[in-house]
Amino acid sequence: MTTKKLNIQEFLDQDQKKDLLRLLTAGSVDDGKSTLIGRLMADSKMLYEDQLEALHRDSKRIGHAGEEIDYALLLDGLKAEREQGITIDVAYRYFSTAKRKFIIADTPGHEQYTRNMITGGSTANLAIILIDARHGVITQTKRHTYLANLLGIKHVVVAINKMDLADYKQERFEEIKADYKAFVTQLDVPDVNFIPLSALKGDNVVEKGDNMDWYHGPCLLEFLENVHVSSDRNFDDLRFPVQYVLRPDIKFRGFSTSVASGIIKKGDEVMVLPSMKKSKVEKIVTYEGELDYAFPPQSVTVTLEDEIDISRGDMLVHPDNLPRVERQFEAMLVWMDETDMNLSTQFYIKHANNNTKARLDEIKYKVDVNTLEKSNIEKFKLNEIGRVVITTTKPLFFDPYKKNHQTGSFILIDPVTHNTVAVGMIIDKLGSNSLPSRITDVDKEKIAKGEALIKPEEYIQKYNQKGETIWITGLHGSGKNELAFSLEKKLFDNGATVVLIDGSSVRSGLSRELDYSPADRAENLRRVAHICKILNDQGIITIASYISRNESLRDQVAEIIGKDRFHMFYMDADLEYCKNNKPELYKLVEEGKTSGLPGVDLEYEAPTNAKLVFNPEKNEENLDAILDYLAMNKVFPNH
Amino acid sequence: MDNYSLTNLRELEAEAIHIIREVAAEFENPVMLYSIGKDSSVMVRLAEKAFYPGKVPFPLMHIDSKWKFQEMIDFRDTYAKEKGWDLIVHYNKEGFESGVGPFTHGSKVHTDIMKTQALLGGLNKYKFDAAFGGARRDEEKSRAKERIFSFRDKFHQWDPKNQRPELWNIYNSRVQKGESIRVFPISNWTELDIWQYIRLENIPIVPLYYAKERPVVEMDGTLVMVDDERMPKELRDKAEMRMVRFRTLGCYPLTGAIESEADTIEKIVEEMMTVTVSERTTRVIDFDQEASMEQKKREGYF
Repeated sequence: MTTKKLNIQEFLDQDQKKDLLRLLTAGSVDDGKSTLIGRLMADSKMLYEDQLEALHRDSKRIGHAGEEIDYALLLDGLKAEREQGITIDVAYRYFSTAKRKFIIADTPGHEQYTRNMITGGSTANLAIILIDARHGVITQTKRHTYLANLLGIKHVVVAINKMDLADYKQERFEEIKADYKAFVTQLDVPDVNFIPLSALKGDNVVEKGDNMDWYHGPCLLEFLENVHVSSDRNFDDLRFPVQYVLRPDIKFRGFSTSVASGIIKKGDEVMVLPSMKKSKVEKIVTYEGELDYAFPPQSVTVTLEDEIDISRGDMLVHPDNLPRVERQFEAMLVWMDETDMNLSTQFYIKHANNNTKARLDEIKYKVDVNTLEKSNIEKFKLNEIGRVVITTTKPLFFDPYKKNHQTGSFILIDPVTHNTVAVGMIIDKLGSNSLPSRITDVDKEKIAKGEALIKPEEYIQKYNQKGETIWITGLHGSGKNELAFSLEKKLFDNGATVVLIDGSSVRSGLSRELDYSPADRAENLRRVAHICKILNDQGIITIASYISRNESLRDQVAEIIGKDRFHMFYMDADLEYCKNNKPELYKLVEEGKTSGLPGVDLEYEAPTNAKLVFNPEKNEENLDAILDYLAMNKVFPNH
Repeated sequence: MDNYSLTNLRELEAEAIHIIREVAAEFENPVMLYSIGKDSSVMVRLAEKAFYPGKVPFPLMHIDSKWKFQEMIDFRDTYAKEKGWDLIVHYNKEGFESGVGPFTHGSKVHTDIMKTQALLGGLNKYKFDAAFGGARRDEEKSRAKERIFSFRDKFHQWDPKNQRPELWNIYNSRVQKGESIRVFPISNWTELDIWQYIRLENIPIVPLYYAKERPVVEMDGTLVMVDDERMPKELRDKAEMRMVRFRTLGCYPLTGAIESEADTIEKIVEEMMTVTVSERTTRVIDFDQEASMEQKKREGYF
């Protein structure tokens, strides 16, 4: 602790250089948490201010004031709020010493406040886990440690409090320490430290005091002031998730963000995701002037040497060090909402300045935060934590949370309430090809019920078309087949996914036992209609040209396919035209060698409700008309 | 590795710039509320930094209660012009025309009509979907638990029991039509951080913050400065010149001065560290009713 007195200029000059430590405390009033924070804040403030020449406090009081002052009272809120039954949230508290500024995210410790602890801990560099020396390692200790570890907090201070009530005995301290170590080995916390203290009496909080001579480590404040956290950030993997495109005039085109990880240098070759285009960093621009390099969490603007189309959510990376670019990943999810999860919801997901939609494919297991045991669940409730498989609508650029908090974290937002319902941390896991079956239990239920796992909208989006049927009716030889085949070709060339249900193919295969009697003609049409329906259900456009000679037959077909996706067109050719066009069959009927041909010995009812009526001699115009019709009705293209 | 670390102030600055850009990227019609105070001055500087070399892409709005110190108005107009800010000045016209003021109506009515209602009127008039405010969490206890993106319903109300979880630096900006977000980019700054930053960045502030001989009247233990003729004559006659300054700025009859010799930033900080009274105690507004700030925030005041 510095004792030199400074004048105000010196004080401010020195103060301006201090850095920032964000810490998490979790615990209930009974643990002495409020007393600890209260003392930490009040006593350090006195020490801090005592550095000023202007101040002459009696600093002897520090560390021995426990009996007189109720430090817990210095913190407003927590206790009172609980008594009033108000939801306790995260409270942020601030204090400074000459070396550091501290932001405490102060959260309640009980299990029902897990989400508050998660919220407060998300930005913390360090967590203080409080243990009552009389009770030792209890369930709550394990829960807090697990959550700190889940959040990737690298430094943990186990503050073994109320040592005064354990007669300041070293044996008790060592015993608790051993218990904790035995438990923490299951987890993966890189830096664990143990400090015996008494918040009430002030031992080892801000000053060491002389009740625990056997302890040779730093007191809590000294530890907090000196713990090295600046290297905890990821400086290796450049991730520059574009937050804002800055275009004040036509000459300047900058890409702004807070550097998520890695170092970006002037002249660096960078690759833009998802376009994979490469360029070089031309300038790193800030209000203070240009920089040679920038590092996390600096908020800067870069310009590139080449003009590349880049928008918010795109990411600049080094070409030899790419994040994963995928639509599917596994994550640890914490459910934060009062309302239970609904598995069929398509959530909004926000990740690294990117917004898209996400669905939960599978809940692999739930973790009991007290016992760390895993179990299967159907859906999440408030405060539940588990491992999930998520698929997003567009690919995300991410790293495992363990390696990179900035590109490994995301939030899920309910599409209706707009609440932040869940938060997630992406797990280091192989690519989606190696994932096990993507069929979840919910999916299995759907399959059992005959429901598709792909929604109609998804087909529309994928194919840019609506799966509907183009049905062409007309006499034999009217030219409807020519129209159908040229339409298929045209749509195919334009990028549509289309199937022509060709009459002769059906007749020679699927319907080969049928003849041309009215009953069998009807049966043939029924089969064709069902093929159209199946294909339409899968998002595919079908073209069918069949005589379908009367209204009742065509209605049956429309009924099967679905009236709103049945588009009927009529090839209006007179009998003479048809006979000239395709004389063979007509000749056979006239010669009495066969019968039952509509227009000759069976009545053909021209439709009154056709969408378009065609003249067979104008094939090109007919094609244009039908394409216009499809575009207008958003059948193809869909946008 | 040490050259890759930031000081407290630079880290806070980077965080604030990130927040400000996020709002500009995700909202259609944001506004920055500008109170002319020192925290606002810092916030505006951060916005200028966020979009440099471009201009700040949203307007500033000052809610004028019509009872601000004249020096505040002069300061506002000078800098708005010099810096080329897109500045909206909004006031409650009905309130002003019916003569609402702290001397005649008391601080509670005045604050409600000329500040809270005026603010809501301004936000509704321009249909802003996000509004930046310069509040800090260390100022007052209800703010200690408020989010950086603080959701407000169609009536601009804050529901402290039902706040959206806010993790990492991922902010939820989804709102329905009519709903909005109040955004506090300097939430994590303390009063000392603000002064340090003003000193480091040489940010101009209203001269009222610095000690000077000024005419003041003692009213119920508060030193009120005579700023114009609207102070009743019998009070004005009691005025005497004292060396005073203001720790916070608001409506002149509602903001008490403190006796002080601090005429530089350094002296202000020195004074601040030796005086233990919290910053807002010179604001009469907080004493009006129990937990008054939380109540006002629920009603839509910041």
